[in-house]
Amino acid sequence: MIDVIDLKKSFGKLDVLKGVNVTIAKGDIVCVIGPSGSGKSTFLRCLNCMEDPTGGKIIFHGVNIADMKVDINIHRRKMGMVFQQFNLFANKTVIENIMLAPVHVGLQDLRHAKTANFFLPLTNLFRKNKRAKAEIAAGKAQIKAEARANAERLLQRIGLADKANVYPSTLSGGQKQRVAIARALAMNPDVILFDEPTSALDPEMVGEVLDLMKELAADGMTMVVVTHEMGFAKEVASRILFMDEGRILEENSPAEFFANPKQPRTREFLSKVL
Amino acid sequence: MTSIIPVLLSKIVFNTPIKAVNKFLDTLINAKGYVKVLEGLQNTIVISVIGLVIGILIGTLIATVRVVPKYKVLPRVLNGICSVYVGFFRGTPMAVQLLLFYYVMLPLFGIPMSGLDVSILVFGLNSGAYISELMRAGIQSVDPGQMEAGRAVGLSFPVTMIKIVIPQAVKNILPTLGNEFIALIKETSVVSFVGAANLYTAFNMIGSNSYEFMVPFLVMALIYIVVIMLITLGIKIMERRLQKSDRRN
Repeated sequence: MIDVIDLKKSFGKLDVLKGVNVTIAKGDIVCVIGPSGSGKSTFLRCLNCMEDPTGGKIIFHGVNIADMKVDINIHRRKMGMVFQQFNLFANKTVIENIMLAPVHVGLQDLRHAKTANFFLPLTNLFRKNKRAKAEIAAGKAQIKAEARANAERLLQRIGLADKANVYPSTLSGGQKQRVAIARALAMNPDVILFDEPTSALDPEMVGEVLDLMKELAADGMTMVVVTHEMGFAKEVASRILFMDEGRILEENSPAEFFANPKQPRTREFLSKVL
Repeated sequence: MTSIIPVLLSKIVFNTPIKAVNKFLDTLINAKGYVKVLEGLQNTIVISVIGLVIGILIGTLIATVRVVPKYKVLPRVLNGICSVYVGFFRGTPMAVQLLLFYYVMLPLFGIPMSGLDVSILVFGLNSGAYISELMRAGIQSVDPGQMEAGRAVGLSFPVTMIKIVIPQAVKNILPTLGNEFIALIKETSVVSFVGAANLYTAFNMIGSNSYEFMVPFLVMALIYIVVIMLITLGIKIMERRLQKSDRRN
């Protein structure tokens, strides 16, 4: 689903990524681990072009999204992202946080379809094969109602249905991160990118977030997770990438990776963290 | 002899003001002075409110241009234009801008505009320059993660700006925005330079009709204070309402 080819990223003179090649297939759960400063977060943020890559290609559903000419917003809808600092919209309630993107996208598509239909008789004058009007399946109210129903279902799933109408500032860290995951899920993404989702949490609350991620994994969601939770990586990952100094040093199944790491650098890292 | 001093004093303290007050009330009520005052008050409010609205729109636009990442040519050019604009309107006094627009720009371009219209326009443009800096500070005070989160769910830069960042920025700068509004109200005292009626022209007229300026200008000051106190109260109420997303309940 995602092909990363020779991905490079530099900030000024500092080369953070020095040519990363990875293929992520549907249903993969890829955990990226490595020492700090190794470029794992940058790698993840490059995947949905939060940082524009300075070189290389990222092929997502057959389109090179690293190309600046591509409308990145359309592709980002299919790539959810969960941040270390949650980044819930502070001026929206929990349910508005989840509904915002689906409603906006739905209404935008509706507007575009209506505009296209309006000009269709005119544009058809110049066409040999006349086009039929696009069908408008749902009105404004219906789009909003569907988004709300979906958001309520997601809140039910993460166990925060009673918090629908409160502002994020009243939630605990773990609850915020679960809402952030729900927000990413609301767009029905093909893949979710997790940027150290548990690093800013109290130890008590790490469990609830990891449990939710495990559920997602069990449902077959494709996930790319940058994490320091070795236990989670060992248990859930289908593949582990070990990054150091802007390169992927080792790529292996979790069992192999933790049992007998091949690279000396990997061994050194694991001996420190395990 | 000693009994005369209090009498004299009381004459100075009470008689003059009472006469003055009577004269003032006479001009205000019998000579229809209140019509002028109400007109002046209305102009003051109209100029400052419409000016503020125009200012917020322009200011937000400029602030957005200034925080856009500047990789491409267009944002750089726009940024340059905005710098010149802000530089001009912050670098000259409001009175000078009014005179420039009324006596230089209008004849040059041949646009017929009343003094009031010019005042509204200049107040809007002027406050736009100030508000742009306020708004830029406000936008920069919002956690960059908010913008990232908006972009990550597939919203475009302008949409994230309008729906997520600017509402939070406005909440942060509301007290300073209130200051700007108050400054605008007070600055309306210079619109008489271009022949627009305001509180100053109204009370000045009352004063010259009655040959008595003490009470009219005192009342003028009181009216300004009352208007501004009302606005301060309004801002406080608004602030409280906007802070509901901060409250822990």
